[in-house]
Amino acid sequence: MAATNDTLTALEAMLPGVETSEFRGDTRAVVPRESLVEVLRLLRDRRGFDLLVDVTCVDYLNYRDARDRFGLVYLLANTTTNERITLRVYVGESDPVVPSAVPLWTGADWLEREVYDMFGIVFEGHPDLRRILLPDEFTAFPLRKDYPLQGRGERHNFPVLRREEG
Amino acid sequence: MAVVLPENVVVSKLDELASWCRKNSLWPMPFATACCGIELMATGASRHDLARFGAEVFRFSPRQCDLMIVAGRVVMKMLPVLQRIWQQMLEPKWCISMGACASTGGVFDTYCVVQGIDRFIPVDMYVPGCPPRPEQLIQAIIDLQDKIQREGTLTGREFGLASRQQTKRALVEIPIISGAPVLPSALTR
Repeated sequence: MAATNDTLTALEAMLPGVETSEFRGDTRAVVPRESLVEVLRLLRDRRGFDLLVDVTCVDYLNYRDARDRFGLVYLLANTTTNERITLRVYVGESDPVVPSAVPLWTGADWLEREVYDMFGIVFEGHPDLRRILLPDEFTAFPLRKDYPLQGRGERHNFPVLRREEG
Repeated sequence: MAVVLPENVVVSKLDELASWCRKNSLWPMPFATACCGIELMATGASRHDLARFGAEVFRFSPRQCDLMIVAGRVVMKMLPVLQRIWQQMLEPKWCISMGACASTGGVFDTYCVVQGIDRFIPVDMYVPGCPPRPEQLIQAIIDLQDKIQREGTLTGREFGLASRQQTKRALVEIPIISGAPVLPSALTR
């Protein structure tokens, strides 16, 4: 269920920089990076959005009308009224840093680590920001659109076992 | 002077005797990571009955196995584990690469999937298919038994032969792709 008008009015009243829109029954809001934590806290504490469903990211490289390189997506849900809202934060390639949501939701820990692993977005204030799926020694962020699908030969330093060795 | 043997004595070479013993009691190590593993289980189960070929005792400890069956795709994070398990297995040992993914990477032509385990460990037998039917795996085991009987020696010196040393496709042959991908103009406008 989309967020109610009350929620959107409250959101816009608190922070004039927030743009809200609706698309096919889903409510979206574009939030400036500086006020992200403030918006998340407002939605959680005043509007009852108590569940952080997902944190993910979109790479807008070569995308028409793209505002910036990356768009971080926060999906929130209100488990009492079933309202849902999508927050979007745009960050650039040169400075891909956003404040972490772990102080608000402990569950954001692994979600943010995955976004860091795949896109290289740095979450400021994250307690343990390291790779979660790929090996620690991996050097690239493979879900970025400028990363080749077949990789850049990351397996080149693995040992090749021959029959006599073992 | 002719030696007269009683009827219940068979003469053979020691190498052939050792190979005959080994080929009829292969102990597979199931390295099953994907859907090929289901077919591997079906092969070992009652309907297809791998016991008919003396290879039904699946052991999950590499120390007790001599046939590694890699069934499924191997990702680059899993590869060091695969190599370690292979090294922990005792000689003489053999390896079957089961299915398209283990042999070539299959449809997973991506950065994270190893494009054929034979780039990193020696493989004796390849099974095509996605996934192969149990009959195909049984055929591979029969072929491997033939190979063991044909080439096997008591001391395992056939593993030291130069022909066994070559890795099928050395890693240096993999082209290292660099730079941004070229997008169709419709996407970039």
